Amino acid sequence: MRLEPIANPSALRRFGLPALALIATVIAASLLALIAGANPFATLGLILEGAAGSRFALLETLNRATPLIFTGLAVAVAFRAKLWNIGAEAQLYAGAIVTVVFGVTSWGVAWLQLPVVAAIAVAAGALVLLGPVILKTRFGVDEVVTTLLLNFVMLLFVSYLVEGPMKDPAGMGWPKSVPVAKDLRLPRLIEGLRLHWGFGLALIAAVLVWLIETRTVLGYRMRAVGQNPQAARFAGIPVNRVLVQTALISGGLAALAGFSEVAGLKGHLSRDLSPGFGYTGIIVAMLALLNPLGVILSALFVAGVFVGADSMSRAAGVPTYIADILLALSLLFMVLAISLTHRRVVWR
Amino acid sequence: MSPTEVLRLDRISKRFGALLANDDLSLALRAGEVVALLGENGAGKTTLMNVLFGQYVADGGTITAFGQPLPPGNPRAALAAGIGMVHQHFTLADHLTVLENILLGTRSLWSPSLDLGAARVRVVQLADQFGLAVDPGARVGSLSVGERQRVEILKALYRDARILILDEPTAVLTPQEADALFATLRKMVADGLSIIFISHKLHEVMAIADRCLVLRHGKMVGDVATAATSPDALAAMMVGGEVHRPKVAAGVAGPALMRLEAVTTPDREGAPGLKAASLSLHAGQITGIAGVSGNGQAALSDILSGLAAPASGRLMLGEAPAPARWTPAGALSAGVGRIPEDRHKTGTIADFTLTENAVLETHARAPFSRKGWMDWRAAADHASAIIAKYDVRCPGPEARIRLLSGGNMQKLILGRVLEAAPGVILANQPVRGLDIGAIAYVHGQLLAARDRGAAVLLISEDLDEVMQLSDVIHVMSEGRLTPPLPRGAATMAELGLWMAGEGFDHAA
Repeated sequence: MRLEPIANPSALRRFGLPALALIATVIAASLLALIAGANPFATLGLILEGAAGSRFALLETLNRATPLIFTGLAVAVAFRAKLWNIGAEAQLYAGAIVTVVFGVTSWGVAWLQLPVVAAIAVAAGALVLLGPVILKTRFGVDEVVTTLLLNFVMLLFVSYLVEGPMKDPAGMGWPKSVPVAKDLRLPRLIEGLRLHWGFGLALIAAVLVWLIETRTVLGYRMRAVGQNPQAARFAGIPVNRVLVQTALISGGLAALAGFSEVAGLKGHLSRDLSPGFGYTGIIVAMLALLNPLGVILSALFVAGVFVGADSMSRAAGVPTYIADILLALSLLFMVLAISLTHRRVVWR
Repeated sequence: MSPTEVLRLDRISKRFGALLANDDLSLALRAGEVVALLGENGAGKTTLMNVLFGQYVADGGTITAFGQPLPPGNPRAALAAGIGMVHQHFTLADHLTVLENILLGTRSLWSPSLDLGAARVRVVQLADQFGLAVDPGARVGSLSVGERQRVEILKALYRDARILILDEPTAVLTPQEADALFATLRKMVADGLSIIFISHKLHEVMAIADRCLVLRHGKMVGDVATAATSPDALAAMMVGGEVHRPKVAAGVAGPALMRLEAVTTPDREGAPGLKAASLSLHAGQITGIAGVSGNGQAALSDILSGLAAPASGRLMLGEAPAPARWTPAGALSAGVGRIPEDRHKTGTIADFTLTENAVLETHARAPFSRKGWMDWRAAADHASAIIAKYDVRCPGPEARIRLLSGGNMQKLILGRVLEAAPGVILANQPVRGLDIGAIAYVHGQLLAARDRGAAVLLISEDLDEVMQLSDVIHVMSEGRLTPPLPRGAATMAELGLWMAGEGFDHAA
């Protein structure tokens, strides 16, 4: 068996295969439910109901999707330029830390403090990714390793902060930071609904990233550098500068996830602020084929699976980690589908 | 089967998707015969040889070697039947010796000793018999390209090959090395071996082959005795019609637009850098660089492209020195148009559309972008204009460029370069891999640019091409450049001596 490339895949191939991947995911999930001793249809139904079956469920999914849109965009932008940013988790926490640092005391002008703190968060996240990128462009250090390891460094730093200098004296001993001021709480997107402005911000960010990628010189250069750095360099594109610019955007987007979680939802910094949003962002971006608008949909899907699995688990007794398995399978099937879009299998 | 017939390919067909690469091809080879296999790129020569050698399985047809049918899809069977192949890109292990390379794959994994002594005797004897001078104990990594080719041939002979396939064997040789190869081939033929010689250099084919087989679009369109044909007739058979080569008149030299003054650059990745190379590119002239590939052409090309700056010596643009930070963007704004050696890896971005590729070098300028925003309509218009003016055959400006043939890709690059009205044009291997029609087109465009007053630097490993187009020739060897030789001042043999590195000590 071997693979032969297809020059120009048909529409059926391009849309049918991803659809097939989704179906395969559902079938595999059903089998898992069977193994766990539950009725597969009931299980899937419960996941669906838990994710979108009620107003509360839907809002929970949208809230959960918000940080995933930011980290998904961060990964999508970087991967587009073949900058392998595995450190969205670290950049998220960098954004969360400065949000608390600059948010504990009110400045008295809420309309100014929120955007300024958001901007500082973006700068902090950008800075965290800047180091690995400079190491890459100057010394050829693999950014996969550096960005990945920075995640652990940052998480330990957060542990130190919430146990030490930033620890909330009123926190009953829990390792969490002092809460941010009321001025720094993101308002509700729609009055009366438990959905904060972070979601709106995420949608705006997705559209902006899409505009950058398709309409601007920078976006064109990012794609050129990602697809063929040798040709890009020959054509006079400053490859290293483009990589640094990409890193600033990517790190900044991931930091906004941290800002939005603190200012919109939690109100303080803790070690469990992110249950791996930075890593899940990679799944979100890959499922979206790195398309910034597609990131919105795939983030909703991933968030729905998590939220739905949580609620299903309570009702059906199937463990929640079925959500992780389901996502992993969906990613595997999707990657396979993408690979087979441009290749055909030849048996001989 | 006649008594002297050693190989018969009968009605071979091979299809790749919609492309019929080999269409009902038949071929017979007699003992002691040199058959040339001619055809343009994509005519099906390589496919046919890969079928013969067992790399591909034919969709139809049979192969008979020395009266025995050859099982399809089995390179070992082809080797065992006495068929040897010398590939264009050598398949040797650099860190092993010549002898070890020759023995590679001939011994069982379990045999207790290599018995190098007997093998060495046999290799030396074969080398003597066929004039393949090479030291069996030398490491292959230290050998010249010509010597490596001899090792490849010895490898086939050591395995008792009676039929030898040579794929474009002279592409990497100086004219003198090619003559030596031909002498070897004649000795082999006299010994009763048979040779299939794949080439597109017609004068070589006329010199060595007894018979010429011509392929076009997968079909056999000619089978003629060499004595009964001419290069022009063969070329016409290859393209299926008359060949119109551009008429080359001498250029009128203007002022020097770019000069290299004793430029030296560091060696890198086994390729020599420039060694005190001096060169003057004049308006209205094509300056040709002749030489075997890998002798510093890449370094010279990098200097003109802006990818590298001189380590010592000076690069002059007109009368002023080039900026100290010499970059590709700087070269472009200084009016240097660049046609890179590798159009797939350096010249274009495969998954970008024609539009996106057309503005690769100019996207940061109006009208293609303003204040950081791309104007895709202007870019598409530009691409459409190039497509129309340079006859780029494609589905449209929004098609991905990877779908284009090499010739059409090169036409887009040519259009991108020429539309920027460059004063200096670097053309590095501009027609490599193109068919005859596309070659004539690219040459015609370069000549037209020269006549409009551009200074053209033509780098090519095809000596015929360099001699045909150039007003001035420099020969390049191990990073050194000869003084300029005006058109007609040197014969091919003299250029060949320079290419082999002779005479430089006096010149430097």
